[in-house]
Amino acid sequence: MTDLIRSTAAQTANAIASGEVSAVEVAQAHLDRIGAVDEKVHAFLHVDTEGALEAARAVDAKRAAGEELGPLAGVPLALKDVFTTKGIPTTAGSKMLEGWRPPYDATLTRRLKEAGVVILGKTNMDEFAMGSSTENSAYGPTGNPWDLSRIPGGSGGGSAAALAAYEAPLAIGTDTGGSIRQPGAVTGTVGVKPTYGSVSRYGLIAFSSSLDQGGPCARTVLDAALLHEAIAGWDPMDSTSINAPVPAVVAAARQADVKGMRVGVVTEFGGEGYQAGVMQRFHESVELLRSLGAEIVEISCPSFTYALPAYYLIAPSECSSNLARFDAMRYGLRVGDNGERSAEEVTALTREAGFGPEVKRRIMLGTYALSSGYYDAYYGSAQKVRTLITRDFDRAFADVDVLISPTTPTTAFPIGERADDPMAMYLADLCTIPSNLAGNAAMSVPCGLAPEDNLPVGLQIIAPALADDRLYRVGAAVEAALNDKWGHPLLEEAPAL
Amino acid sequence: MSVIDLVPYEEALASYDPVMGLEVHVELGTKTKMFCGCSTALGAEPNTQVCPTCLGLPGSLPVVNATGVESAIRIGLALNCEIAEWCRFARKNYFYPDMPKNFQTSQYDEPIAFNGYLDVELEDGEVFRVEIERAHMEEDTGKSTHVGGATGRIHGAEYSLLDYNRAGIPLIEIVTKPIVGAGDRAPEVARAYVAELRELIRALGVSEARMEMGQMRCDVNLSLMPKGATKFGTRSETKNVNSLRSVERAARFEIQRHAAVLDDGGTIVQETRHFHEDNGSTTSGRIKEEAEDYRYFPEPDLVPVAPSREWVEQLRGELPELPRVRRQRLQEEWGISATEMQSALNAGAIDLILATIDAGAPADQARKWWLGELARRSNEDGVELAALPISPAQVAKVSALVAEGKLNDKLARQVIEGVLAGEGEPDEVVAKRGLAVVSDDSALGDAIDAALAAQPDVADKIRSGKFAAAGALVGAVMKATRGQADAARVKELIFEKLGVTPE
Repeated sequence: MTDLIRSTAAQTANAIASGEVSAVEVAQAHLDRIGAVDEKVHAFLHVDTEGALEAARAVDAKRAAGEELGPLAGVPLALKDVFTTKGIPTTAGSKMLEGWRPPYDATLTRRLKEAGVVILGKTNMDEFAMGSSTENSAYGPTGNPWDLSRIPGGSGGGSAAALAAYEAPLAIGTDTGGSIRQPGAVTGTVGVKPTYGSVSRYGLIAFSSSLDQGGPCARTVLDAALLHEAIAGWDPMDSTSINAPVPAVVAAARQADVKGMRVGVVTEFGGEGYQAGVMQRFHESVELLRSLGAEIVEISCPSFTYALPAYYLIAPSECSSNLARFDAMRYGLRVGDNGERSAEEVTALTREAGFGPEVKRRIMLGTYALSSGYYDAYYGSAQKVRTLITRDFDRAFADVDVLISPTTPTTAFPIGERADDPMAMYLADLCTIPSNLAGNAAMSVPCGLAPEDNLPVGLQIIAPALADDRLYRVGAAVEAALNDKWGHPLLEEAPAL
Repeated sequence: MSVIDLVPYEEALASYDPVMGLEVHVELGTKTKMFCGCSTALGAEPNTQVCPTCLGLPGSLPVVNATGVESAIRIGLALNCEIAEWCRFARKNYFYPDMPKNFQTSQYDEPIAFNGYLDVELEDGEVFRVEIERAHMEEDTGKSTHVGGATGRIHGAEYSLLDYNRAGIPLIEIVTKPIVGAGDRAPEVARAYVAELRELIRALGVSEARMEMGQMRCDVNLSLMPKGATKFGTRSETKNVNSLRSVERAARFEIQRHAAVLDDGGTIVQETRHFHEDNGSTTSGRIKEEAEDYRYFPEPDLVPVAPSREWVEQLRGELPELPRVRRQRLQEEWGISATEMQSALNAGAIDLILATIDAGAPADQARKWWLGELARRSNEDGVELAALPISPAQVAKVSALVAEGKLNDKLARQVIEGVLAGEGEPDEVVAKRGLAVVSDDSALGDAIDAALAAQPDVADKIRSGKFAAAGALVGAVMKATRGQADAARVKELIFEKLGVTPE
């Protein structure tokens, strides 16, 4: 192993398993890298040096004892700060939870630990996962390693930036409206939103329960698949978790073959508001897939036009209820408790001080949408749109194996550019939201740099629920063909930090 | 609060028809909470039966307790309800510190059970049908203890203590349709309904339904409309009425209060009210008009509950004999009147009597003790009969000692008193207190001789055939032996000494 931080997760795992390198050396190399660059990138909110080294030592000890190691044993990972980690600070990017150390591990956290994955720390994110730029973090923005003055996407900007900055080969994100895929697209990394219900939400601090889904982030499709298999699967602690076998995503990533597949191009995505360079790379991807043996068809999904407004009713409605628990009574921030004020007053002062403006905006939107007399017009109608979108997908998937689109209409925009324009910010998730509403599976895979700004563009691939393996087949095929064409992975074109 | 002059009850009912709605919350006796694995056992140290889920910690998720669903279905079936083929939980959103998530996971427009009825029997045996609107599943809140301040309520308290052990305990809320046509018997119907429901819950074995422990709580909604009218008046909602007697009193008080307000030309304010055990009155809680909008929406963290028809039918087939049917059977077996049966029901004595019979006591003796001496004690102490520190087996033992002639009635009462006072088993109380009946002839001989000597005129009467006069001598002997003598034996010995043989 020549370069511990630039290796893929698969390579690193093999090197550790074969004894070529120790897990501690790998962990230390990444901790050193974080020490060297994270001041500039600010991908991490908390680095758990001791915990990471201890986990790495345990893997080395297991290997020394001749025990069998899992496929990701000893591989470092950056965990989005929205999953609980026992005894390790967990903030969800909010002042509300500053200093909170959860008394329990999320199911996903536990599975990572059991797989021998080395958790380096917790990554920055938009507060409570609400945002598309990570600017809504209460702890300051994260820079995009391609251009530190630009956003790394959001809400999982920290996880994506950690990958692109070689601070970790693997990361975990959560995707409620695109929070894994859009950061993946704008940082030139791979991000997957698995089928809703395939990765347990137990221990995932909820934004919008019916939309939230944890998933893998990586620099390669195969690495994402390995991580996918480590974290997915039924969990009795999450009643929305699906009790079905996890699709064979690693095998699909290795297959990397689209011959004979029918690929649908969603006609609603494109046109006004889409950056020319993004559309150019997208059209090239379509041609690439055709050249690789896929059959390309155009598919219209008319209800997708209403996805964004429906999303901005459903997600805020659920969040207004999910975030009600932050009341200063049991954990987290408490403001104004001077022994004189009532519990009600302290709750109000704490929520005023502890929630950022975007979170407040969404709580208010959701509270309004659920109010008596407005429920049917807002929340009720949004649920109907959700049904229509699901039907559009069903019709489409009756005809094609996967759908494709650009992941996000533009490349990474400058930090601050859309901070005061929520509508412009919300448009970043235009193409990703339908999959959250329908609960199916989707991936963003790098497909080149936009000529006008030399920033990464993502190709979105969408598969039916429980057919996540198709994402990996198509994604890996595109990745392999493009790497061949370029002679190296896209990320190598990123400027040195 | 202004003091109002209540309208006399009969007068109120002459002008108005009451309409009631009863909402009863029953805490299920499941081993674990509704949405997590924490214990539901009562009496634990505060905040020791909690986990991330019932504390509402960030990231935690609920999982439905299957036994809770089963209990809800069984209650629904016993109440002659339809059982939903598909229903969801809903979030009821409002802020209160004893509710960890600041929403209660409940059911809204899709209850698990709906459209049923419960037939209840009034004191005179008349049967009144109470229609059931719905029975739905939800979770209990934590318990707030407001310290300082005069009322024990949150306003005026210095601080509050929160115990989340109760948070997440399964509740079934059973809501009646408007109860109309009960007239002046409305308070009695309310009481009989809650009593019958309690029996039903106990017979199903889904909860002990002990009202004094808060395992069963009743809200009494009441309104009046002018006699003959069909449009309901504005209602008041008296919360957490926690005994059968209080249910009746609360309904009665509200009828009189509403009538007073309406007679004065006033309007009833829709509000919640608190019931006061001490004087049977209610006082204003919060005005409903400014109450929260609960912003109900389907709980996205839980999948719908869809009980299969096969399962529902299986549960229906396994329902136990329902209380009213069982009472009719027992009433026949015991050969008692409807009124006597009703008083046994009201006293909560039926199961205790049956258990005492099972422990070997004759039915009449078992009834006599539980409905007599013990019922008196339970009233005096203000505890439910079942909560008295005496078991059916102990009552059966006392009854056996009487049958064997080792105790008489008076002594038996003392033994019962001793058991209640914690002095041990009946045998031990007899020994410790020296309560055994004196039937030893030689021990009685002296007392009889003394009595005969003291009342020679009575002795003469007996000799002349007036045997009934012996009572005076028996009384004297009993007095001399401080009640411990076996009265029947004393009488025999007196006749023997006097050489007479009564027929």
